[in-house]
Amino acid sequence: MSQAATLPTPGSAGVGLVYFSTRSGNTHRFMQALGLPASRIPLSRDASGLVVDSPFVLVTPTYGGGGVKGAVPGPVIRFLNDKQNRQRLRGVIAAGNTNFGAGYCLAGRIIAEKCHVPLLHRFELFGTPDDVATVYQGVTKCWIPHA
Amino acid sequence: MTTTTRRLSHVAAINWNRLQDDKDLEVWNRLTSNFWLPEKVPLSNDIPSWNTLTPQEQRLTIRVFTGLTLLDTIQGSIGAPVLIEDARTQHEEAVYTNIAFMESVHARSYSSIFSTLCTTRDVDDAFRWSEENAPLQAKAELILDRYHADDPLMRKVASVFLESFLFYSGFYLPMHWASHAKLTNTADLIRLIIRDEAVHGYYIGYKFQLALAEASPERQQAVKNYAFDLMLELYDNEVKYAESLYDALGMTEDVKAFLHYNANKALMNLGYEPLFPSSVTDVDPTILAALSPGADENHDFFSGSGSSYVIGKAVATEDEDWAF
Repeated sequence: MSQAATLPTPGSAGVGLVYFSTRSGNTHRFMQALGLPASRIPLSRDASGLVVDSPFVLVTPTYGGGGVKGAVPGPVIRFLNDKQNRQRLRGVIAAGNTNFGAGYCLAGRIIAEKCHVPLLHRFELFGTPDDVATVYQGVTKCWIPHA
Repeated sequence: MTTTTRRLSHVAAINWNRLQDDKDLEVWNRLTSNFWLPEKVPLSNDIPSWNTLTPQEQRLTIRVFTGLTLLDTIQGSIGAPVLIEDARTQHEEAVYTNIAFMESVHARSYSSIFSTLCTTRDVDDAFRWSEENAPLQAKAELILDRYHADDPLMRKVASVFLESFLFYSGFYLPMHWASHAKLTNTADLIRLIIRDEAVHGYYIGYKFQLALAEASPERQQAVKNYAFDLMLELYDNEVKYAESLYDALGMTEDVKAFLHYNANKALMNLGYEPLFPSSVTDVDPTILAALSPGADENHDFFSGSGSSYVIGKAVATEDEDWAF
């Protein structure tokens, strides 16, 4: 992909995938279809937080009723509150539903702006086969994911 | 019927501080924070725009909204209430009461549009039409049959198909008018309905998947077959319905793409793979833009040119930046 050159250079270990998914599991299902190694941000507030030690792409659903408030899921906020995690974020992929109008995949845009990383892709619910193919190609061609 | 449903004891008081499923409170909060009434939307600002529509376009619009009223009436009075009996938690029951009420608000909203824009006679004509239109009555019957049958899983399938698929032959038209800068306040009201229906379809689909996971593999396969059979039956009928409404204005093919797109999303709400290939789900970009501004902008990094991205330095944000 020609755009790869414009991306921040990943660390020598490559770039991994981190995702969040609630009990409804739409984003988890997308990650399963993608079939690449990935770490899941824990759902519970009690669980010890995930700390990532190499560059990664974040995949997150969007919450809320279409507004900015609450669009980024709480566990994702807590994960990105960790400075080390934030510094290693290289891009974001967001899930959502066009029914939420301008709020479609808003979590992805908020994170992209706040953390100065590209919004790589957006998909609805657990994504179509086309979404999976686009992300697979994008992630594997732009970066080499690692476990 | 192999699935049994635990009937809840109705003497227990609901305790929202002891949840069996966090999703119940999450969705309750989302639905209550999304609450709205048609009086909040300045529909009368659409009167000049309404008067620019031809009589044929006006008649189509009233009929489409009457058809939507019928579906919302079913959902408010029967569709959501029947799900209460199958609820897994008391909090789920409470969420269905919210859904039932909002469906009644939706049904009531169309009458607000009518009383603002239309003559009583034209509206009365449309309600008569709704009783005589065969595909409209057929879809109501297909859904009501499932609501009244003793199969909790198929009740949820029918409910999600109504919430996430059947409305869209109607929702197409206000999005079409909005994309031509017509009836824009009406479109704002419809967008509020569309937003609510997304949460309803998501939640009912989620509860469906929980119940399905407890069923035997044979039963799971049978339900899947029933679900796809029902979708295909509804789809065939929906095409006839769309033709009966939109053929005269040459819009039917566009409407069908919107139907394919939403049928896939309805199936996905149930956890099933999309049925229609991407070659037939390409919704007219102006319709998609009216539904979700920015959704069709093809500049996500992986699919677009990427030229719109200015990637800054990875400056660390402060924790308080996240305090939304």
